[in-house]
Amino acid sequence: MELANIEKLLEKYLNAETTLQEEKILSDYFTTNEVPPHLEEYGMLFGYFKQNQSETYTKAIKLKPEKSKRKNFKLLSVAASLALLVSVYVGKNKYDEYQARKQFAEVKKALELVSLHLNKGNEALYAVSDNFNKGTDAIAKLDTYDKTVKTVIQKVNY
Amino acid sequence: MNQSDFLKAVLPFKDKVFRLAKRLLVSVEEAEDATQELYFKLWRNKEKLSDYRNVEAFAMTMTKNYCFDRLKSKQAGNLTLVHSNYKEKDTTLEKKIEYKDSVNQVHKLIENLPEQQKIIIQLRDIEQYDFDEICEMVNMKPTAVRVALSRARKTIREALIKQHNYGVS
Repeated sequence: MELANIEKLLEKYLNAETTLQEEKILSDYFTTNEVPPHLEEYGMLFGYFKQNQSETYTKAIKLKPEKSKRKNFKLLSVAASLALLVSVYVGKNKYDEYQARKQFAEVKKALELVSLHLNKGNEALYAVSDNFNKGTDAIAKLDTYDKTVKTVIQKVNY
Repeated sequence: MNQSDFLKAVLPFKDKVFRLAKRLLVSVEEAEDATQELYFKLWRNKEKLSDYRNVEAFAMTMTKNYCFDRLKSKQAGNLTLVHSNYKEKDTTLEKKIEYKDSVNQVHKLIENLPEQQKIIIQLRDIEQYDFDEICEMVNMKPTAVRVALSRARKTIREALIKQHNYGVS
């Protein structure tokens, strides 16, 4: 096509008055021919349009949204919360047991200490009772002494 | 409408949906998500699809609306950085490198267009829909579509000439 015609078409093109057929002519002209320097910008423009027409959507089209993923997340969160609950429950039990053991051990220790000192106390009491017996012995002796003294006094009085 | 009928009706324009989403959302991942989401929606409304005269136009409208919603929620969610706030002064080297990458350059220019013009240039110059279809997709009158398209084409062309001259001098 002659350059003069192309320029006429370009004028119409800029005013958005060209038909699709005429635009096809322009596109073919600017993407295949050597572009005259004063129309270089159209070369860029139509080159860009042509290049963009070949861009495609390459991914597969799905017709239903993927629910499995979301479901998995839901199940996972349920499982996770259950696991948390169980572990907290078991952990609490174990901890209580441990605390009880600890308390028991402490009480036992204290009781042992008490019993130890209790024995010591007993010894002291034994000692007291020993000495007490000694005291009673001594008093018994005194008693006999008193009796002898009384008999001696009686005999002296007669 | 069973699955194979559905796919026969909607799969031919999946690339167009994807490209429009990418045009509006910029990132490839977002555009892929949007495309997938659009097909979920279409599948869910498959009973109603036969009521529409032009399923493709309906799908493109849905894509446009979905992308706008995404953009709105993104803007509400996090503040976007405004590039003009920290423009570098010394950009001559950058400009020269950019000029070589003309495809990238056109892409940026389209990105800077107002949303409506962006959509229309995408639908017309890349997807090559006729004006009736575009009017249906964007819910605008033919004259309004033509005005927007003309404005977009002129803006891009002028910017390209400007950058070209800048790069040469």
